[in-house]
Amino acid sequence: MQKSELPDPFEKARLEKGIGEMKDQNDPVKMILRHKDVRKTAHNYKTFQSGAIPGRIVVPSEVNIRKTRQIPFELDPPIHGLYRAIVEPWFKRPLQVDYTEKLTDQISELVEETLKKDKVEVIGEFALVLQSRALTLLLNIPYEEAETWISWGTHVFRSEDTALDADKANILYDYIDKEIDKAIENPGADLYSMLLASEVEGKKLTREEVKGVMVLTFAGGRDTIINAVTNAIAYLSEHQESLERFRKEPEIIGKAVEEMIRYFSPLTQMGRVVTEDTHVCEHAVKADTRVSLCWASANRDDAVFENPNEIVLDRKINPHVGFGFSHHNCLGATHARQIMKVLLQTLADKIKSIEVFDYKENIEDLDEFKRKVGYDYINVKFNRLTN
Amino acid sequence: MAKITFITSDDETIVVEGTSGSVMELAVEHNVKGIDGDCGGVCSCATCHVHVKPEDMTKTGPASEIETDMLELDDNADEYSRLCCQIEISDAIDGVELTVAK
Ligand code: HEM
Ligand code: FES
Repeated sequence: MQKSELPDPFEKARLEKGIGEMKDQNDPVKMILRHKDVRKTAHNYKTFQSGAIPGRIVVPSEVNIRKTRQIPFELDPPIHGLYRAIVEPWFKRPLQVDYTEKLTDQISELVEETLKKDKVEVIGEFALVLQSRALTLLLNIPYEEAETWISWGTHVFRSEDTALDADKANILYDYIDKEIDKAIENPGADLYSMLLASEVEGKKLTREEVKGVMVLTFAGGRDTIINAVTNAIAYLSEHQESLERFRKEPEIIGKAVEEMIRYFSPLTQMGRVVTEDTHVCEHAVKADTRVSLCWASANRDDAVFENPNEIVLDRKINPHVGFGFSHHNCLGATHARQIMKVLLQTLADKIKSIEVFDYKENIEDLDEFKRKVGYDYINVKFNRLTN
Repeated sequence: MAKITFITSDDETIVVEGTSGSVMELAVEHNVKGIDGDCGGVCSCATCHVHVKPEDMTKTGPASEIETDMLELDDNADEYSRLCCQIEISDAIDGVELTVAK
C-alpha cells in the first residue's frame, strides 16, 4: 500500500447492509453508507433533523461540551434558509479576483518559506499556517490575526488525549466573545460586523446567534482544510507525475480538486436526529435516535463511481458528496475549493518533488470501522523546480 | 457557433455566443446571474440548473441519469431541467432559450 492511500473501511458493510453502527457516548448512531441513501436522507430534513439540541448531530457528540447553537448548521428549513441567505453572499467572496490574488500571494509566500527548510512538518508548519492565513481573507480581518490562531495548535476542539476537550473549546469561545465586543464597539468591514448589522425577519441577530455563526466558521473550516491540504501533499509526494501534468494541463486542476475532495472526504460523516419511527435502507430507526450521513463511504460507492479507490485527476462526472448535499451543503466550499486550486497551481509552478521522511497516520475510531482521515504528523522536504 | 439565450430570475435576458466548452462555462464567463458552476462542471453542485424551453428540448436532449439523480431531490426541478455543465456547445444547440432555475 502506498503511504498516501486512504483505504475505504466501509466497503463490506456498504455492500452487505448499507449501514454501520457506532455507540458514541450512549447515544448510538446508525451510519448511512450508500450514496443514494445519503443523498435522500440529507434532503429529508423533516424526518432527519439538524435543529436538535446543540452538538447532538455531531459525531462524536458535542452535547456535553457546548450550548451554543451553530448557525445555519443546526437549524432546519424554512428558518435555516433565512439565516443561510444572510451569510451566503459573503461566503461567495472567494470568487472575486482580488480575493484570489491575495490567496495566491499568501500561498506562494508560504511555499517559498517551505522551500528554504530542510524539513517541514506539514500539519503544524504548512497546513495550519495556510488555513489560518486564508481565514483572515474569509473574515476580512488583518493578516496578523492568523498568528493567534496558529498559536492555538491544530486541535481547538479536539486534543490528542481526550476526543473532546472542553478547555480547548473555551479558548475559541472566549476569543470569539472578545472579538464580538470589539466589533460592537468599533464596527468595520469584517464578518463579525456584517453579522451584527444583519436582520432576520426584521430582527437583528442576537449576540448568541452571531457567536453561533462564528464558532461554526472557525470549527468547520479548520480540520477539514488541514486534512485536505495535508493529504494533497502526501499524494503529490508519491505522484510527482501529477505535478508535471498540472504544468502541462492546468485546465484539469478544477477537476483534480473535486476528485481529491471525493477521495479524501475530509469530513467523514455528519449526524441527524430522527423525528419519527422510520426506515433507512430497510433498517428500522426509531424516533429520537441518531443516524449519520457518511460522506466518506458514499464517495467510494461503486454504484456511482468507477474505480472508486483510485484518484482519477480528470474524472469528468463526479457527483461526490464531500461537501455534503442539499440544504446544508458546505458554505465554506467556495473558499475551500479556491484554496485547493491555488495550492495545486502553486505547487506545480514551484515544486519538482516532495520527499517524505516520517509520519504517523490519524485513524478515526468509528467502533465498527477504523478510518484513516489524514496524519497526526508528516515530515517532508519540498524540492524546487528548476528549468 | 451557437447563440444561447439565458433568462435570469430577475427576468433579465442575456444573449451570448459560444463555439466550444459547456453552456455552464459560457454562462460563468458572461456572469449570468444564478449560474455559479461551483464544482467546475463535474456534476456535484447543481449550481448550474436551468429549465430548457420545452420546444428546445429536442436540441439539448434530455437530462442524463446522473443529472436526474441529482435533480430528483430538487424541489424546483421539472421535466425540462438540465444541469447546463452537461450541455456541450455546438451548432446543434443554436438558438436555445434557458431559464435559470431558482
Ligand atoms: C475541504 C474542506 C471542507 C469540507 C470537506 C467540508 C465539508 C462539509 C460538509 C460535508 C458539510 C455538510 C454538513 C451537513 O450536511 O450537516 C459542511 C457544511 C458546512 N461547512 Fe464545510 N467543509 C469544508 C470547509 C469549510 C470551510 C473552510 C468553512 C468555513 C470557513 C466551512 C463551513 C461550513 C458551514 C458553515 C456549513 C453548514 C452549512 C449549512 O448548514 O447550511 N466548511 N461542510
Ligand atoms: S457546475 Fe456543478 S453540477 Fe454543473
